[in-house]
Amino acid sequence: MKYLLLSFALAFGFMSLTSKPAAPAQSGIKASITRGKQVYLQQCLACHQVDASGVPNMNPPLIKTKQVLGDKTALIKIVLNGLKGVDIDGDSYNGVMAPHPDLTDREIADVLTYVRNSFGNKASAVTAAQVKVVRAAN
Amino acid sequence: MKLIIGFLGLCLTSLVSNAQLKLPAGFKAVTVLSDFGSVRHIAVAPNGVVFIHLGRLKDGKGIYRLQDTNGDGKPDKIFAFGDFPGTGMAIRDGYLYASSDEEVFRYKLDADANVVNPGHPERIVTGLLARGEHQPKAITLDYSGNLYVNIGAYSNACQIDDRQKGSPGRMPCPILDSAGGIWQFRADVPNQTYGNDHDHRYATGLRNVVGLDWNRQTNSLFVMQHGRDQLSYLYPQYWNDKQSAELPAECMYELHKGSDCGYPYIFYDQFQHKQVLGPEYGGDGKKEPSEHYQDPILAFPGHLAPDGLLFYTGDQFPAKYKNGAFIAFHGSWNRAPEPQEGFYVVFAPFENGKPTGKWEIFADNFAGGPDKMSPSKAEHRPCGLAQGPDGSIYVTDDNRNGGVWKISYHK
Repeated sequence: MKYLLLSFALAFGFMSLTSKPAAPAQSGIKASITRGKQVYLQQCLACHQVDASGVPNMNPPLIKTKQVLGDKTALIKIVLNGLKGVDIDGDSYNGVMAPHPDLTDREIADVLTYVRNSFGNKASAVTAAQVKVVRAAN
Repeated sequence: MKLIIGFLGLCLTSLVSNAQLKLPAGFKAVTVLSDFGSVRHIAVAPNGVVFIHLGRLKDGKGIYRLQDTNGDGKPDKIFAFGDFPGTGMAIRDGYLYASSDEEVFRYKLDADANVVNPGHPERIVTGLLARGEHQPKAITLDYSGNLYVNIGAYSNACQIDDRQKGSPGRMPCPILDSAGGIWQFRADVPNQTYGNDHDHRYATGLRNVVGLDWNRQTNSLFVMQHGRDQLSYLYPQYWNDKQSAELPAECMYELHKGSDCGYPYIFYDQFQHKQVLGPEYGGDGKKEPSEHYQDPILAFPGHLAPDGLLFYTGDQFPAKYKNGAFIAFHGSWNRAPEPQEGFYVVFAPFENGKPTGKWEIFADNFAGGPDKMSPSKAEHRPCGLAQGPDGSIYVTDDNRNGGVWKISYHK
């Protein structure tokens, strides 16, 4: 019963988070991008490179690919679970990406929001709440 | 004064011609093939016919025979065969050897280096591991009927979880059983594979080798190892990004049956001039291993990715090049956020079968400018090397639209 109440509370929490007005969310994206850049520098840059152009045959580029701009759940799972071997536009990449479950929901949301809005990309933000849901179901 | 101007003019000329490559005075590069495909390794028959192996199929074929019948330096007769992409390409005793990522085949050549039966090669080696990481099987042959095959380790440093922070190294590293070394097979026996008790394993403790060549002067095998990645990413407490860009050394080893070069337990630190214990095995950048492994005979800066090795036996180039080593450095990716490096062919002189240590950049500017020194921006990435019967050397480019250069010396 306690858990039921807790999950109600959590669900309510999510609803209140997602139903906030658009204006503060906008400034939220900016802050998220700024924080996400720091995560990128520490966690991603070594393989995906300074300009996210990747390494041919090894580490995929993060520029306008369907993995980066597309389904957020799949993208969050790549960060959580890592990846080995992926085909992008007919090119195969064999580099090994370690899983990053140690990153917080906030850090994963920030870095994905940063990547989806940098290097020529333009896509909606990823929120910590979305990461939390994907992590729970992962 | 006139002399100086003349000299400057010469320098400028050598900078602007040569199909964009920068070469020492007297050397000239011509483009044999351009915008062709991902050209990995290359072999030249005694009559000058060139064979290249592609990393990805072009028009359904992986091997191309190039013949220049009118002497203009460009192939006018091109024949494609082989339905497998790959890296290895070598010619010995009338056979062309070619490797996929799991197997080695050979094709009989006739006296004119025509492929006798292009649809039906003999399978010499089969069943080799290819698990994505370091999967290309570079090959070379000696002059006693043996074939040498690199089987790269399918890991960065044999961690329990590959490339994951905090994951320790596996002890002993089980990868070494079937990869992380050089395997020796008979060049004329079909369908060989690993066998029992490492009876085909020639040398171990090598993370990944792409450039390798048999040295006729020393009658021994030389290899260039691709050193491990990500020291500062995985162990920021021991190395900063600047150190990690240079470490570990890209090492040249002279191998003999039973050589153990220490991967993944150690790496070679070219600044301390010693083997240090790998951080996955308790190392901190200073600690030495309790067991001493074979030392490299040359140590180059880190992450340059040596993909081609050629001992020069020709008479065309000036005397200092004779019996020395050319090394094609594909160019780094694991130096970020520091600037990337490589994308050039180095020459390392040898005297009496030993390197003098005074290596120099021989052919530069494959990338196409300082702003293109990155793996995705480089216009060209040098990979394979071969020597032609006239003493010229060939360099390949395995970028998607890569090609082949021929470099010659003119007094």
